[in-house]
Amino acid sequence: MDFPILSTLIFLPLVSSLFIFLSRGQKNNNSSIYISLFSSLATFILSLFVWYSMDYTSPNFQFLEEQSWINDYIKFKLGVDGISILFIVLTTLITPICIISCINSIQDRVKEFLIAILILETFMIGVFCSLDLVVFYLFFEAGLIPMFLIIGVWGGSRRVYSAFKFFLFTLLGSVLMLVAIISIYWITGTTDVTEIYEIKIPKEYQNLLWLAFFSSFAVKTPMWPVHTWLPDAHVEAPTAGSVILAAILLKMAGYGFLRFSLPMFPIASDYFTPLIFTLSIIAIIYTSLVALMQDDMKKLIAYSSVAHMGYVTLGIFTFTKLGIEGSIFQMISHGLISAALFLCVGVVYDRMHSRMISTYGGLVNYLPKYSFLFVVFALAGLGLPGTSGFLGEFLVLTGTFQKNYLVAMLATFGVVLGAAYMLWLTKRVIFGQVKNDQIKNLKDVNKCELLILIILAILVIFFGFYPAPLMETLNVSVDNLINNYEIAIKTN
Amino acid sequence: MLNNLNILLPEIFLTLSIFSILMIGVFIQNSFNLIFNLSSLIILLTVAIILNSSNNEEKIFLESFTRDAFSNFFKILILLSSLFVLNSSKNFILDNKIAKFEYPIIILLSILGMFFMVSSNDIILFYLGLELQSLSLYILASIDRDNLRSSESGIKYFVLSALSSGLLLYGCSLLYGFTGSTNFDLISNELSKENTGAVFAMVFILVGLAFKVSAVPFHMWTPDVYEGAPTSITSYFAVVPKVAGLAVLIKFMLIPFSNILAEWQTIIIFISIASMILGAVAAIGQKNIKRLLAYSSIGHIGYALAGVATGVISGYESAVVYIAIYVIMNIGAFSCLYLLKKDGQYKENISDLSGISKKHPILAISFLLILFSLAGIPPLGGFFAKFYVFTAVLEQKMYALAIIGLLTTVISAFYYLKIIKTIYFDDNVISFEPSKNRFAKLSVFISCGILLTFFLYPSILNNLVDTLFLN
Repeated sequence: MDFPILSTLIFLPLVSSLFIFLSRGQKNNNSSIYISLFSSLATFILSLFVWYSMDYTSPNFQFLEEQSWINDYIKFKLGVDGISILFIVLTTLITPICIISCINSIQDRVKEFLIAILILETFMIGVFCSLDLVVFYLFFEAGLIPMFLIIGVWGGSRRVYSAFKFFLFTLLGSVLMLVAIISIYWITGTTDVTEIYEIKIPKEYQNLLWLAFFSSFAVKTPMWPVHTWLPDAHVEAPTAGSVILAAILLKMAGYGFLRFSLPMFPIASDYFTPLIFTLSIIAIIYTSLVALMQDDMKKLIAYSSVAHMGYVTLGIFTFTKLGIEGSIFQMISHGLISAALFLCVGVVYDRMHSRMISTYGGLVNYLPKYSFLFVVFALAGLGLPGTSGFLGEFLVLTGTFQKNYLVAMLATFGVVLGAAYMLWLTKRVIFGQVKNDQIKNLKDVNKCELLILIILAILVIFFGFYPAPLMETLNVSVDNLINNYEIAIKTN
Repeated sequence: MLNNLNILLPEIFLTLSIFSILMIGVFIQNSFNLIFNLSSLIILLTVAIILNSSNNEEKIFLESFTRDAFSNFFKILILLSSLFVLNSSKNFILDNKIAKFEYPIIILLSILGMFFMVSSNDIILFYLGLELQSLSLYILASIDRDNLRSSESGIKYFVLSALSSGLLLYGCSLLYGFTGSTNFDLISNELSKENTGAVFAMVFILVGLAFKVSAVPFHMWTPDVYEGAPTSITSYFAVVPKVAGLAVLIKFMLIPFSNILAEWQTIIIFISIASMILGAVAAIGQKNIKRLLAYSSIGHIGYALAGVATGVISGYESAVVYIAIYVIMNIGAFSCLYLLKKDGQYKENISDLSGISKKHPILAISFLLILFSLAGIPPLGGFFAKFYVFTAVLEQKMYALAIIGLLTTVISAFYYLKIIKTIYFDDNVISFEPSKNRFAKLSVFISCGILLTFFLYPSILNNLVDTLFLN
């Protein structure tokens, strides 16, 4: 196709943010909200169109775009395959949801907030579209700027500390990746991902390069022990910021493992599997235990995110079809569920201005619609069969059993812990006695909140019963990934 | 020989114009505005003359003066950056009552000195150019002579700089003694690793040059001079002499010292790493923006030197690209400072920036872009500058240099973020007077525009710089 559809997808939010920037500042920010909502929905529809018109039966990258960029040797190359398109659609879906959610929750500097969200969307789509390491790095790092501002300007009381920690942790992880990217260029003579797949990086370089990429992705995933920035960032970020952080930014690392670490360094990936397994198991069990002890709702969900991302890394490094498909599915489903949970916390936070679990209790008596939705998402979060959360974890665990019994046993233990903290959270917040008189005056969810939560709930349940649309998209690309991996291991 | 004088046309034009406007200044009272505008005109005309001249390599005066693409590029960079620095600071100069007619004239004189530095092909001519530049800078540093800080910074700069010039001159004489020539090409033929005396000479010359570009461990003057001198002079110091200094460093590696590159390289690697680390660490505690920018400029010179340290053409090219982008960023940063006027005073503490994002959103976002670019965060121009340097460094497999360099960018990101934090996150709101300084706004706008759109066509500078090293 000649029309540069992926560039349009990437730069549409950026252009519309420019319009918002130029639009006249009014007392009510209706025009900016409409522009941003319209453009993000247009981006969403465009991404659905890309998904629809893709050929799932081909493992090749599609909608390729190439433009000579840096000195004719590094190309601005874009393309999608069955794996990346799902993340793109997730990004474009979550962004309008965030924009709707901020109508209620952001009062101050709305225009700037919308600009930051849209610019962030551009960078996030760019990460999932890029087929060149330098382009990927550019988008991957550029996302730090808007997110830093979102946490720092609109965040809670310890926002400065959290924003700095987020920025510096991620930057520190990423600089080694930059060294690795440039080294790959000098080893292979290109930074084009598809060409590197063909060339195959020599064995002696793979381990170091893999570690350099790992340092970046481990921080971003986040994996234990470099996960500590995440709870801080989540707690202090405004609702929309937490949603984007949990739903999309964390997925960049998982995507990075699939797109770069696995196919480019198969031998090193195999070599470091025990490391990943160990860290994942620690993440699953340790952070689940930590989540049990939290008295801040956002922190609890943040730690549960770390645990869920533990399943993702576990699944990817089983190198089995079930494991990898499961972890991709888990990422999509976690994107929906954690987004919904943060939105749920945001709903009561906007009314009570407290995230403490002890503030609440017995919400079901006064906020029935809210409580129903909250329980749905909490159950999805703990992986109840019939929700998308179950399928992801189930596939990952099945994949792990094929590879290593002990690891699978330990990971399964994490499922129990997940149920424990989620149910306990629900019990303390939704059920129980009403301890706080203010709760009696609370209003139930309004139309905007209801709309976005119901959309998410439908998706979570739909994919829980009928995952085929996602799986069919993934199927060939994952097969191809595993084939190439096995060939590389055999020839070694 | 005289029919070749057109090679020297820019220098001749500049010299004659300086003398003429000096006369105007002497005979007409209160002629600051006139002379200031004439100086800008002279700069523009000189740019035009250089653009008109050919880029073929030609040497004159017993091969002691070269005109080639390399020197022409640096001359234009020096002229354009001076033009922006000078014009964006005009209101500042008037407000601070340092509007003496000598001011622009001395700047032109220092430009003339730098012209000879970048064009010289002979130690003596090089030294004369360097001294003309340095003497002008001493006067500029203390131009606000009623102000104690300014005088102090002038004296400090003079004493330390004279010492380094002495070392440099000693190195030059050693070089002459051991090679028997003052011409770069002849020296290059004579030098070899066995010539220990010449290696000594090289070290002394390097010390002098490192002082001029304020690289660690010869950086001590920088923070004090930057803080003490009036901001308009500081911005000149931070931009223009650095360009000339780096050009000379590269030139020394290209011609006279090309045979003893390995010895020279180890020293530059050390200086580069030390500058990057000190620039990153020492800036953290600073409260004054000018002082902070001083340390940041030390760090940036460290990155540019990392490119020079590779000892190959692609490394020099990356250093030139780096310094060009550095110039753009610093002109933008200093122009922002000219817009921070309150109660007739220009603010220069970081805490004075508190919450300006609410009252001055455009200024705040410009500052934000420039600072992120200085920190080297993509997709801004500063990232590409670092990218090119480290690509060249890694091509030579200098992994330690690259990793240390990139780790220091993380540390330095911290203090840039601290300023952004003050601008965006702090609650108490300070508002500044709406500035009438249109040119400063224009330079901020141009600087941000370039940094922001650089990623669309990032090889534009490289293609230009590629042509400089063809010979």
